Amino acid sequence: MQQIIKFIIRYKNFLLYIFLMIVSIGFTIQSHSYHQSRFFNSSNWLTGNILETSNSVSTYFGLDTENQKLMDENRRLRDMLFNGGETDSIVLDSTQRMYTITTGRVIKNSFAEPRNYITIDKGEKDSIKGDMGVITSKGILGIVENTSNHFATVQSILNEQSNINAKIKNTNHFGSLVWNMKRYDVVQLIDIPRLVKLTVGDTIVTGGMSSIFPEGIPVGTIRKFDLNSSNSFYNIDVALFNDMTNIKNVYIVNNAFREEIKELENKSQSNDQ
Amino acid sequence: MISNSYFLNVVRFILLVLVQVLVFNRLNFFGFINPMVYILFLYWYPIKENRAAFIGLAFLLGISIDFFSDSMALHAASTLTIAYMRPAIMRFVFGVNFEFQSFKLSNTTRIQQITFLTLLIIVHHLVFFTLEIFSLANFLLILKKVLATGAVTLILCLLFGSLFSVKKE
Repeated sequence: MQQIIKFIIRYKNFLLYIFLMIVSIGFTIQSHSYHQSRFFNSSNWLTGNILETSNSVSTYFGLDTENQKLMDENRRLRDMLFNGGETDSIVLDSTQRMYTITTGRVIKNSFAEPRNYITIDKGEKDSIKGDMGVITSKGILGIVENTSNHFATVQSILNEQSNINAKIKNTNHFGSLVWNMKRYDVVQLIDIPRLVKLTVGDTIVTGGMSSIFPEGIPVGTIRKFDLNSSNSFYNIDVALFNDMTNIKNVYIVNNAFREEIKELENKSQSNDQ
Repeated sequence: MISNSYFLNVVRFILLVLVQVLVFNRLNFFGFINPMVYILFLYWYPIKENRAAFIGLAFLLGISIDFFSDSMALHAASTLTIAYMRPAIMRFVFGVNFEFQSFKLSNTTRIQQITFLTLLIIVHHLVFFTLEIFSLANFLLILKKVLATGAVTLILCLLFGSLFSVKKE
């Protein structure tokens, strides 16, 4: 017994180091294999408020470009409103609408790491929940992952765990949008079959297969493409429409029928087994 | 005198965390370089303090930065490692000298200080990026990030070090 106590006293620093190291590696590995850690994310109260304060100062430096972006979007929406002629068919009853939109602001953004997260200033109080889609006026941004009362973290499309359904515009060939961690302005579209005719510059939009994003949200254009190792699918480099380094105003998209779709899918899957 | 040194370290801790998360985590120099200047805390920390407290404090420093930057516990793990290895690194750089009572960091030569800081940074960045990327298949990517980020961190740390140089410790 004395020996053991002596041993512990002698190596107490080493044991402390090993203990804390196991704790931190545990947190790290857990989120590698599963999801972002539930505890260490910047949507909690203290970090959220500090980041928001800092953001409220730095917002002023980008007001010009932000205004320009919003003006551009308003112009485009007005174009659609005046020329589309579909105004009659808009359902005004909010319980009948499939998608509801909330606006938010980015208070923290990162794009240089393998797993990038964005923090926004809307949370559970604004009915933001996990797995909602986040877009900007130019294209998609990511998916809500954790929420607190006033803040939420968003898994950016620049995240090695990101996997979003996307397709080539005006066709029904869809694939998965992933990121190879190399460039912050390029993501990869995989699983597009070889028989599809591609051209550099083709537009990629979100597909309708996911219950998170509406169909047809712009993603980017084809930068280059080649066949993968099995020669049956394309690997496509997609240049993003969004400048991921410069994002301020975002829209959070909620699919009202998501729960229903998920439930149905789960039921069908459990029937298979 | 003792309370003064405690106070100094607390202020340093808070300032370095804020500077790191509000300024340097957003630098994105060349698209990927985010220097980690908070390593200076471990460089400046008094040598003859309780070692267990020092390791605990380093862990706390890392984890507070992790809270802000959504990086799981990467900063904590790497800061912890250099905190534990600091005596070994110091013995390597300064020889047996550093075990004497009269040893002061400011009494050593400039070259020794820079070597000490460089070793801290390299070990820290190696642990950090290895855990972050988490596969040896990307070894070149790890190496590239360690060297590029390490160089910028070193330069900034030296600048900060000479700006806020510690006269008495």
